Amino acid sequence: MVWLSIIILVPFIAAIIVPFLYKVFNQKIHIGWFVLFIPFLIFIYLLTYIPSISAGKTFTYLVQWIPTYDINFELYMDGLSLVFGLLITGIGSLVIFYSIFYLSKEREALHNFYVYLMMFMGAMLGLVFSDNILVIYVFWELTSISSFLLIAYWYQRQRSRYGAQKSMLITIFGGLSMLAGFIMLSIITDTYSMREIASQMDLIHGHELFFPLMILILIGAFTKSAQFPFSIWLPDAMEAPTPISAYLHSATMVKAGIYLVARFTPVFGGTAEWFWLVSGIGILTLLYGSINAVRQTDLKALLAYSTISQLGLIMSLLGIGSAILYFGYNDESSVYAIASLAAVFHLVNHSTFKGSLFMVVGIIDHETGTRDIRKLGGLLSFMPISFTLAVIGSFAMAGLPPFNGFLSKEMFFTAVVNASQLEIFNMETIGVLFPVIAWIASVFTFVYSMILVFKTFGGKYKPKMLEKPAHEAPLGMLIPPAILASLVVIFFFFPNVLANYLLKPALASLLPEEVTAVDIEMKISAWHGWNTELFMTIGVVVIGSILYILLKKWIGLYSVYPQSFTLNRLYDSGLAKMESGAKTITDQYMTGSLRAYMIYIFSLLIFVWGGALLLPGAFSIDVSNDAPVSFYEVGIMGSMLAAALTVLFAKSRLTAIIAVGALGYLVAIFFVLFRAPDLALTQLVVETVTTALFLLCFYHLPKFKKEKEKKGIPFKPLNLIISLGVGTVVTLFAISANSSRMFEPVSSYFEDSYELAGARNIVNAILVDFRGLDTMLEIFVLTIVGLGVYTLIKLRLARREKDEGAE
Amino acid sequence: METLMSILIGLFFAIGTYLILTKTLLRIILGTSIISHGVHLLILTMGGVKAGGPPLLGFEEITFTDPIPQALILTAIVINFATTALFLVLSYRAYKVIGTDNTEKMRGNEDE
Repeated sequence: MVWLSIIILVPFIAAIIVPFLYKVFNQKIHIGWFVLFIPFLIFIYLLTYIPSISAGKTFTYLVQWIPTYDINFELYMDGLSLVFGLLITGIGSLVIFYSIFYLSKEREALHNFYVYLMMFMGAMLGLVFSDNILVIYVFWELTSISSFLLIAYWYQRQRSRYGAQKSMLITIFGGLSMLAGFIMLSIITDTYSMREIASQMDLIHGHELFFPLMILILIGAFTKSAQFPFSIWLPDAMEAPTPISAYLHSATMVKAGIYLVARFTPVFGGTAEWFWLVSGIGILTLLYGSINAVRQTDLKALLAYSTISQLGLIMSLLGIGSAILYFGYNDESSVYAIASLAAVFHLVNHSTFKGSLFMVVGIIDHETGTRDIRKLGGLLSFMPISFTLAVIGSFAMAGLPPFNGFLSKEMFFTAVVNASQLEIFNMETIGVLFPVIAWIASVFTFVYSMILVFKTFGGKYKPKMLEKPAHEAPLGMLIPPAILASLVVIFFFFPNVLANYLLKPALASLLPEEVTAVDIEMKISAWHGWNTELFMTIGVVVIGSILYILLKKWIGLYSVYPQSFTLNRLYDSGLAKMESGAKTITDQYMTGSLRAYMIYIFSLLIFVWGGALLLPGAFSIDVSNDAPVSFYEVGIMGSMLAAALTVLFAKSRLTAIIAVGALGYLVAIFFVLFRAPDLALTQLVVETVTTALFLLCFYHLPKFKKEKEKKGIPFKPLNLIISLGVGTVVTLFAISANSSRMFEPVSSYFEDSYELAGARNIVNAILVDFRGLDTMLEIFVLTIVGLGVYTLIKLRLARREKDEGAE
Repeated sequence: METLMSILIGLFFAIGTYLILTKTLLRIILGTSIISHGVHLLILTMGGVKAGGPPLLGFEEITFTDPIPQALILTAIVINFATTALFLVLSYRAYKVIGTDNTEKMRGNEDE
């Protein structure tokens, strides 16, 4: 099982190596060929797990990471993660193969592309194979970041940057809210392990945080899976290169939200809130996506909305399927188990047909130079293979036989019809809406599927509107969609092979044990007799065809909806408001005035220190240990104060400088009084030099502003308050510190300086011996200052000489 | 003595702060100078004043004043000298280049 951890690491290692490969090989060979090996080998490796997983086994492997905090890299493989692992690596291989022909090695920054792609693949594999929720979170955000980088791959384009920013803001927001939910969950259950959390279901259901934490986690899942109203980022993400749209934004990353919901079904399932939120939002998204897809003129935007809608479909199936956790297992509730089965089935189906459709659209874009439906048409005679692939993909999407989409769509209809007959969770009141909405959405799905095929391949060929004459794609670009399209057909004829080996084991992670223990009769078959579902499908085809034919008559209805009320408008104006708001606030305190900044610093000092003084036991005053004061000392203190005040009130610079000098010498005298001869000597020397320096600069610096009028510093009450505050706080602190001595000083150690360092002067011994390194660094600082001073003066001279030379 | 010193140090801080809050560069530098004198005295006072003889061995005193604050202050004096020197030259240079020593007039730069 150590291999399981290696397959997650391998893509990351590859991401490090790719730039070097690029440097060495790019002249000769497309580096995609090297990268292709990685997902392909992992895919083969994962295939070997199918027999044991379908026999009901699970695998775990523990890598200790931060054991003290119970955060470990625990890998866990069951049916659900295997399905995702196979999708990630399988579609990944095809997409990389496709990208070799899609991205030119001469013109594109391939190293960036494959680094991001490998990073994403590793993160996605890590996400589905981790058991620790914090590790899941880390990988979750990593997928968002790599998606951001891939959308902005053509960062020169403004639309790419806009789309990348939008997707990141929305998905990272969701990720953070999910993290908050995870933290609540771990507080309640006292564990980070997904499986241990699931085993404490009752505890979580009874907890008061149950509803908030569920909402937070669902926001994470809904943002990632582009559910309404967070769906707006997905259409803009289509600025990414088409292989990326096929891979991240339809087959894998956007399904991470589905994965999360599926994983949490055993934890939250069986409650009315979960049922309503997941299936309700899902079915709303289904409708929203399908209605919006019809009006799109860009093929990729159409596919984006279609992805949104299909994700909604899977989501609603998961919601309906969760009802089984309420009933437990009996004959009637097995229909909900079938809803869950349909969810996983459609998840796989969607990846196959949508992946192939994206690749076909990529081909059209690549070979004609546009994706605009209004410019395309009549491509059938030029691109017969692409046409065939498009038909397979679209008809599967529309839910027509003989393609896999038909099967999962029928199962979806079964699920919504059953859901409308539910008598729990208030379903009896508005539950009837479920099949109605599902049916309407399916009609629209049918319409946009037809638009996709017949508006591009049928109709008139318009060569003048295309950048280059249309022709069939190279074989390399046709193979990956062809493989996916053949899977679309194979799954239709042999759905139960897939179901037995992959889907049912995946359900085991979704549903309670008592359900999976009994082997439910879950056969997927194309023919059920003349039942409601079949009539619904026939209705979809009939009404859908009529609507498609009459498209021109009613497409204008879309423009009735006011443009100022769209979600995108809300997002854009919200972002602009936040930016301008932040700027206004920042401008208010970042004034560029030194005085203002000093006021912030001093005020903070007053509030923090002064606040600390208010704490119980912080302030104390004890004068009993004070040394006696002599008259002489008071005299010097008075003179010091006088000198300092003179600086304050001095009207001329000379007075101020001399007063500061006097203050320095008085301090030196104090050092003598306080038995500090070394300090006194140093102070005298330094003070002399400083005063000399001041006087030197005095010669050059301008006069005090009011000096001409013989006035002092202009009086400002705020300055006075702040300075008095600082002074008071410092005094109180000094008194308190002096009055509470908690430890014996450590200085006695240094009194052995003669024995330890051979020095009779203890202070000097400390400086040059005990703390010698500090002193050396201090000399270093002095050197830097010396250089700085020298440069500041010398540079001026150099310039002046230059100026003079110029004159 | 210590209490009196604490009050004096507080006054030094207050005067220094007031000077720093003015607009003239030279006053600001003088203010930092006064505050650093306050800091030196503060450290020294915290070590306890007149508790014994100077920290020199070989004299008849048996008890010494705490040598650690003195070592700290010695370092501080030198560093303070360095920063003051740099400040002064910097303000001199700023005045030469910008033509003012008023910090309010120095706001903003050409890049903004």
